[in-house]
Amino acid sequence: MKALVAVKRVVDYNIKVRVKADGSDVDIGNVKMSMNPFDEIAVEEAVRLKEAGQISEVVAVSIGVKQCEETLRTALAMGADRAIHVETDGKLEPLAVAKLLQAVQAQENADIVLLGKQAIDDDANQTGQMLAALLNAPQATFASKVAVNGGEVEVTREIDGGLETVAIKLPAVITTDLRLNEPRYVKLPNIMQAKKKPLAKHTLADFGVDVTPRFSVVKVAEPKGRSAGVKVETVADLVGKLKNEAKVI
Amino acid sequence: MTVLIIAEHNNSELNLATLNAVTAAQKLGAVHVLVAGSGAQSVADAAKQVAGVEKVLLADAAHYENSLPEEVAPLVVSLAGDYSHVVATATAFGKNLLPRVAALLDVSQVSDVTEVIDAQTFTHPIYAGNAFETVKASDAKLVLTIRATAFDAAANEGGNAAVETVAASAPQGLSRFVGRELTKSDRPELTQAKIIVSGGRAMGSAEKFNELLTPLADKLGAAIGASRAAVDAGYAPNDYQVGQTGKVVAPSLYIAVGISGAIQHLAGMQDSKVIVAINKDPDAPIFNVADYGIVGDAFTLVPELVAAL
Repeated sequence: MKALVAVKRVVDYNIKVRVKADGSDVDIGNVKMSMNPFDEIAVEEAVRLKEAGQISEVVAVSIGVKQCEETLRTALAMGADRAIHVETDGKLEPLAVAKLLQAVQAQENADIVLLGKQAIDDDANQTGQMLAALLNAPQATFASKVAVNGGEVEVTREIDGGLETVAIKLPAVITTDLRLNEPRYVKLPNIMQAKKKPLAKHTLADFGVDVTPRFSVVKVAEPKGRSAGVKVETVADLVGKLKNEAKVI
Repeated sequence: MTVLIIAEHNNSELNLATLNAVTAAQKLGAVHVLVAGSGAQSVADAAKQVAGVEKVLLADAAHYENSLPEEVAPLVVSLAGDYSHVVATATAFGKNLLPRVAALLDVSQVSDVTEVIDAQTFTHPIYAGNAFETVKASDAKLVLTIRATAFDAAANEGGNAAVETVAASAPQGLSRFVGRELTKSDRPELTQAKIIVSGGRAMGSAEKFNELLTPLADKLGAAIGASRAAVDAGYAPNDYQVGQTGKVVAPSLYIAVGISGAIQHLAGMQDSKVIVAINKDPDAPIFNVADYGIVGDAFTLVPELVAAL
């Protein structure tokens, strides 16, 4: 069995982004970029399935600017066998990414496609579900446990009131939640090794997929924001303020 | 223009977050509600009484029982021709289902809409709520998930919509429901609660988390939430998590106990009306957003607070 894992290069999760003065976008020039945290979890899960002998090959794929190669090298250092880079400069919407991933899957014919549940830049939480729809494959989103069981995968999902388990037929699309696993740290020898692993390059033209944006950005604004309030000295003071000033209790 | 809202429910009760989606959808046009379930007549009966709902579509079939997206999405697609917008709440249910619908319709989706500007223009948060993006869509049909806390709930009485039965789509059989393990709680549901008491890593253990926060929550009739650190440490169940990757809440009062206030946590609660922070670190970022802060040991202050209430 083969696993395809989609990884995205995003602004590092520790960075608080600022909106550009002209309101056109957020300013991500010169900020640290990393692999989307949910995608690290997806790579880790694929590698663990391989280590457990349930998968024979792990292929990482990323779509975007030239520097996505670094993201793919990270995935290779974590244990992916080879990588595919679809290079493009433009910003892509989730639907376009899903269509490109569909084209990659048509070549790779993977049994399990793993993605993060959302990217921490656009916070869309759409790509995995859209890909599943396009492939007419079942989906298990927000996975916190994955067990391959013959021609099915049993996936425990995080839902609002607790947990839910579904069994989905292969080929299947799975998106990862935070609790699925703890991604491994990459060690130096693995980084050196990863440099020798194959990384195939494609352009959008190779797939003939229409990626024309469906949205135009009108503006990007700072959140309304809250100003710091007051610090109180005693609990009695706090209760007084909540009762008489804020009137919330 | 007419909007189709996909109701979230458990086959007997309508999820109240759907009422917030009704308010958002009314800004776009007439509102129809689809109830896809198994033995879900009572849900349709509840939906038809919601103020502002014009029609309820009921699709009742065994394969809709567990809201599997593989089964429900083809139904929504078969009905979508008549609608300008397909809408659901941005809950685990809506987030799971709607992108599948959007892709089948070959249209784009706006996730987590916080403001409806016009029928094609919407605002939603990006980068963990550190920016709000307004987008204008070119697709004639649109799919939207609605952030419930950004819109008032429609009244769940006063409406008198017609209920129309619609034909079920063919079963797909791609997926099978195995089981569900729900967190048992007598407290208000987190996203609906007026008051939330939330604990962080400083609680130290699951026992202390409960020992400290339960009496306070009881006294205030509050729901209990948690930071990711508290959930990861096993102090609280996953579905208590408030933040970018957990639940987004906006209660009247949010009391953050022993929570430092990381970006990802603030993304889930900074629209609360009043925020109270209890933390021993005077420089914790939570104090930058708190209306009232008190610096000190939670294990002393919280019991004092319970006694004073």
